[in-house]
Amino acid sequence: MNNVRFSRSLPYAVIGLLAMFPMLDSTFYTQLLSKVLIMAIFAMSLDLLVGYTGLVSFGHAAYFGLAGYVLALLAAKFEAVSLWWSLPAAIGICVAFALATGMLVLRTRGIYFIMVTLAFAQMLFFVFHDTKLGGGSDGIYIYTKPTMNLGDTVLVNLEKLDQFYWLVLFCTAGTYFLLRRILGSSFGRALMGIKVNEHRMRALGFPVFRYQLASFALAGGLGGLAGYLAAVQFGFVNPEILSWHQSGAVLMMVILGGMGTLHGAVIGAFAFVLLQEVLSNQAWFGIAAKHWQLAMGILIMLVALYLPQGLAGLMNKFQRKPPPEAEEGADV
Amino acid sequence: MSEHILDANGLHSFYGVSHILHGVDFSVRKGETIGLMGRNGMGKTTLIKSMLGLVRPRQGAVRVRGVDMTHAAPHAIARKGIAYVPEGRGIFPNLSVRENLIMAARAGVDGRREWDFDRVIHTFPRIGERLNNGGAQLSGGEQQMLTIGRALMTNPDLLILDEATEGLAPLIAKEIWSIIKTIRASGIATVIVDKNYAAVMALSNRSVVLVKGRVVFAGESSELSGNQELMHRFLGV
Repeated sequence: MNNVRFSRSLPYAVIGLLAMFPMLDSTFYTQLLSKVLIMAIFAMSLDLLVGYTGLVSFGHAAYFGLAGYVLALLAAKFEAVSLWWSLPAAIGICVAFALATGMLVLRTRGIYFIMVTLAFAQMLFFVFHDTKLGGGSDGIYIYTKPTMNLGDTVLVNLEKLDQFYWLVLFCTAGTYFLLRRILGSSFGRALMGIKVNEHRMRALGFPVFRYQLASFALAGGLGGLAGYLAAVQFGFVNPEILSWHQSGAVLMMVILGGMGTLHGAVIGAFAFVLLQEVLSNQAWFGIAAKHWQLAMGILIMLVALYLPQGLAGLMNKFQRKPPPEAEEGADV
Repeated sequence: MSEHILDANGLHSFYGVSHILHGVDFSVRKGETIGLMGRNGMGKTTLIKSMLGLVRPRQGAVRVRGVDMTHAAPHAIARKGIAYVPEGRGIFPNLSVRENLIMAARAGVDGRREWDFDRVIHTFPRIGERLNNGGAQLSGGEQQMLTIGRALMTNPDLLILDEATEGLAPLIAKEIWSIIKTIRASGIATVIVDKNYAAVMALSNRSVVLVKGRVVFAGESSELSGNQELMHRFLGV
């Protein structure tokens, strides 16, 4: 029983600790942690598809990048754009793009699904890479960060790192609790059923396609939220953010952390970004630091071989309890 | 009692180039129990799948309560009050037993909710003891009971059971048969496919026998069970 209470309260404790982080007053680490949290949103959004709906998308960077470009194109050169409408606009466009492409890609399965999602992401890549709209491979600078005003009072000033960090943390926590709520609902259970066997779900009377489309659109919208925040953080966008490398990286985060657990996606994002930071540290690894991808690749392979449930599965092993899916049922 | 729930007329179905069903007629009336029999590979499962939209018949028509549903999506047919318990059990291993049941809950076509979580648990006490277990942690018999229980949660008018007792220990199979009896008594029409012909015929009002994708017998179960020659010719027993 204590174990259950512990794992229930753990997310709140983690969020509380993370909220106090800026007090350490380290610009570098606060920025790094912001990046980690943004990637955690991105990874959770993909986990909804890969880990819960059984759809392995290899084009998830499309939404991440699209939202970034939407912000860059909306942001006027000298005046800050309002967060109130630019964020919903970016997410809305991602949801619309996901609905439109989802109608097509969800007619395919397995390896074809992987390929078609990749193809759509590549199309978007070339739209921004090869047209004037996206400023080519140099991308676009976002000179002024969005602001959140209420009347004349500035509620959130994203130029201030602390405030940006808290906004990101708020969004990460919001995404986590939103997805947890959704996955615990009958809609979420239907998605999990679809992951195991689509035919069986149809025979039970579930319109599988609509459920998958809803999941695809939700994942696209949340991927867009992550992309928007990333664009705000770095102050510029270029086609790299919607390249297939980016889609691969987020997939690795999900696999590293453990598919089909939300906290796994968060852990995966932490592990991936921090490993990248450590492995590419020249002071520690010298010449090998340049080839950090090699070490990362080996690590991912080891995880896939020995920890099929990812780093989150490792936690369960230590706690010696049944898989989380079986246990979460207790609160419905 | 004569209201038809399901009507199939002249179904022709193919798997690739193999012609599986050769103009099959099949109908289920409200509340009746039908034994669908035939040796392996005679087209029983294909017939069921063709009626449920899981296999597209190339010719023929399927009507549910008189409404043409021949090319309707499987989920739309299921929502008309037809529950299917497929061969080889169909639990969701990534959901708990409780979730497996709750996910399927809905009112029947006429809005009735006779079968709810409590009643299913009451009918299958074994499952009630394992609500928080993962679906994959159940024994074969329990998985079968869970699948039947889940089908009942949709408050169907017709329950189709494909090889419900296959691979189960005799005692467990007996338990499943008595459950089917309970379901039948509750007024739900059932179509039973099973290798245990004697049990099927004892339980069903009518029997339909398929040989090579054609209906060779359709009539009172007692007529079939009393005729050794027919039994031998069609079923090899």
